[in-house]
Amino acid sequence: MDLLQQLITDYTLRNVALGSAVLGMVAGTLGSFALLRQQSLLGDAVSHAALPGVVIAYMLTGSKAPLVLILGAALAGWVATGLVMLTVANTRIKYDSALGIVLSVFFGFGLVLLTFLQKTPDANQAGLDTFLFGQAAALVHRDVITMSIVGGISIVLIIVFWKEFKMLSFDSDFGKSLGFNMRFADILLTALIVIAIVIGLQTVGVVLMSAMIIAPAAAARQWTNRLSGMIALSALFGAVAGVAGATISSVQSNLPTGPVVVLGAGVIVTVSILFAPARGVVWTWIRQWRNGKRLRMEAVMVDLFTLAAHHHRADYPHDEAVINMMTNITGRSLKTLEALEDRGLATRLGPSQWALTDAGVARVRSILETSGA
Amino acid sequence: MTSVQFEIQLIAILVAVACAIPGVFLVLRKMAMMSDAISHSILPGLVIAFFLTGTLNSPLLIVGATATGLLTVLLVESISKTRLLKEDAAIGLAFPVFFSIGVILIARFAGDIHLDVDSVLLGELAFAPFNRVSLFGRDLGPAAMWTMIVVVVINAAFVAVFYKELKIASFDSGLAAALGFVPAGIHYGLMTLVSATAVAAFDAVGSILVVALIVGPPATAYLLTNRLSVMIGLSILLGMLSAILGYWFAHWLDASIAGAMATMVGVVFVIVLFLAPGRGVAAVWRRRYRQKWTFAEKMLAIHLHHHEGMVDEARENRTAHLQEHFSWDARFAGSVVERAKDDGFVTEGGGLLNLTEAGRALAREAIVQA
Repeated sequence: MDLLQQLITDYTLRNVALGSAVLGMVAGTLGSFALLRQQSLLGDAVSHAALPGVVIAYMLTGSKAPLVLILGAALAGWVATGLVMLTVANTRIKYDSALGIVLSVFFGFGLVLLTFLQKTPDANQAGLDTFLFGQAAALVHRDVITMSIVGGISIVLIIVFWKEFKMLSFDSDFGKSLGFNMRFADILLTALIVIAIVIGLQTVGVVLMSAMIIAPAAAARQWTNRLSGMIALSALFGAVAGVAGATISSVQSNLPTGPVVVLGAGVIVTVSILFAPARGVVWTWIRQWRNGKRLRMEAVMVDLFTLAAHHHRADYPHDEAVINMMTNITGRSLKTLEALEDRGLATRLGPSQWALTDAGVARVRSILETSGA
Repeated sequence: MTSVQFEIQLIAILVAVACAIPGVFLVLRKMAMMSDAISHSILPGLVIAFFLTGTLNSPLLIVGATATGLLTVLLVESISKTRLLKEDAAIGLAFPVFFSIGVILIARFAGDIHLDVDSVLLGELAFAPFNRVSLFGRDLGPAAMWTMIVVVVINAAFVAVFYKELKIASFDSGLAAALGFVPAGIHYGLMTLVSATAVAAFDAVGSILVVALIVGPPATAYLLTNRLSVMIGLSILLGMLSAILGYWFAHWLDASIAGAMATMVGVVFVIVLFLAPGRGVAAVWRRRYRQKWTFAEKMLAIHLHHHEGMVDEARENRTAHLQEHFSWDARFAGSVVERAKDDGFVTEGGGLLNLTEAGRALAREAIVQA
C-alpha cells in the first residue's frame, strides 16, 4: 500500500513509472507490427544507428532538447533502415549481414563523434551518453509529456491507417492489388517504429530497446490470433513490464531501471511461451504425451488381439515378453498394460500373463474399423 | 610512430583477423546477427566467472563467457524450434535479457570494480598496451596481444582442419549430413569460436564493434569473389586495412579507436558496395538500365518484324503507334527508336519504321530465345 502511495506521490518514481509505462505501451503497439512483418531485429539496428543522429543533432543545434535529439535519432535510424533495404535489394548481401554492418558501423561512428565531443572543452555535451545506456531515473516531467505526445500521435495514425497496416503485415500484395498505396503505408509504419524506438532510447538505452520492441509483441502473439487483440495485449504487457520494472528498481538500491524492465518483459514472454492456451509449449508437451500414451495403448491392444486371433480365444494368456517383442517399445509395455487394466480393457491372468477383456476386444474392433484394416 | 602506437595497431590487426575468420562462415550461413547476440550475452558469464575467480585476468573468465555465448545460441535455437517465434525475434529477445542480467549483477554486486558496462560495450584499445605480461623479468608485450594471437591461431587452425566440412556445411548442409559429416558439430564448433573470439576481443573493441569486425569485412569480401578461399583471404586483408585506417582516423580526431575502426569498416564496405565490379550497386543499376533499353529495342524489332509486309504495316510500324501498342510514353518511344536507329536495327523513311537486316536478325533471335 505504501508503495502504491509512493507511486502516486513521489515525483521521481511517478515520472519513471509513467515514462516506462508509456514507452512500454508505444513499443508494444508498434512492436506487434515489427514482429508480424519479421522485422524484429530492425529495432536493434535502428536503436544503435540512432547514436550518430543524436550527436550530430546536438553538434548542429547545440541544443539538448528531447525533441531535437529525437528528430536527429529518428533521421539516422531512417537512413540506416534505407541503407539496409538498398543493400538487400541490389546486392547478394543478405538481410542479416546488412543489419549487422549498419548497426555496428553507425554505432561506431556515433562513438567516434561522442568521444570527439567529450574531449572538446564544451561542457554542455555531458549527458548525451545517457542515450547509450538509458537512464530511466533521470526522466523528468517534460520527457514524459514528449513521449506521451509522440506515442499518442502514433496510436492515432495506427487507427487511421489500420486497414493498410493490417494488409501490410499479412499480405502486402493483396493490399496493392486492391489499389491501396502499400509503399506509403510501409514508409509510414517504418517511420512510426523508428520513432517508437528513438523515444525509448533515453529510458532503457541502445541495447535494451530491441527487447522493448519484441518482447511484449512476442508474448501477446501467443495468446491470440487477432491483430487487434494482439496489439491491445502487447501494449498492456509493455506497460506492465514498464511499471513493474520502475517500481522494483525503486524499492531496491543499485538496481538500474532499464534492465529490470527488460527482465520483467522477459518473464512475461517466458510465461506466455510456456503456458499460453493452445499454443503454449507446456500444453503441446501434455498433448504429445497423451497422444503417445494413447497410441501405445492402442498398439498393445491390437497386438493382444492379433495374438488372441492366432489362438482362436480372446482370453488366451499372453506373456509380457511377447508383447514387448511385438510393440518395439521395450520396457514400456508393462506400464501400458497396467494402464489398460485400470481402464478395464485388459486383465492380468498370471504374474506376467495378459489378455484383453470383452471391452478391450470391442475397442480393438472399433479401432480396426476406423483405420480401415 | 611510437612503440605504444605500434602495439595498439598490432592488437587492432590481430582482433580484425581473429574476427574475420569465423565471420566469413556466419555471413555465408546467414547468421550474422548471431554475433550480435553472442557478443552481448557474454556479459553475465564474464561477471559470474569474475565473482568465482576474483580476478579479471583469469582464463576462466574466457571459458565462463564463452559458455554463456553458447547458451544464448542454444536458447535461441530452442525457442525458434518451438515455432512460436521466428529466429530473429528469438535473437532479439535473448540477448537483451542476458545483457540485463549482466548489468544488474554488476550494479548490485560489483559497483566498485573495474568491470563496468561502458567498457564492455565500448572497449578501450588505447589502454591495452598498459596491461603487459613478462616472463623471468623480461617484458613480452601487451597481454591483449598474446590473447589475440592465441585466438587467431585457434580460429585459423579450426578453419584449416575443418575447411572441407565448413565449406560443405555452409553451402549445402543437407548434403553434408548425407555424406556423413556432422553439420551440428561443425555448427557448434563455429559458435564456440565466435563466442571465444567475441570474449577475447571485447576487452579491446567492445561488444558492439566486435559485430562490425565479424560481419563487415566478410560481407565486403562477399561482394568481390565467388571463391570461399579468396573470400577468407580478402576478409582478413580488408579487416586489417580497416584496423590501420581506423587507428589513424582516431588518432587524427583524438576519438575512440574501436569506433573509428568500425567506421572504416563501414567506409570500405560502402565503397565496395557501390563500386564492386559486377555485383556492386552501380554495376547492378547500370546493368538494369542497359537491360531496359535492350529489352525495349528487342520488343520494337519483334513488333516491326511481325507487321513487316502486312496490310497493316503502314498503321502499325510508326513511332506514334508504339505508344498505344506498348503503352510507352511519347518520350520513351522516341528514345527507343533513336537508339534502335543508332544501333543500326531500324531506319525511318516517310514516317514508316523499317527493319534493317541486323534488326530482322535481332527479332528472329529474340523470338527463338523466347
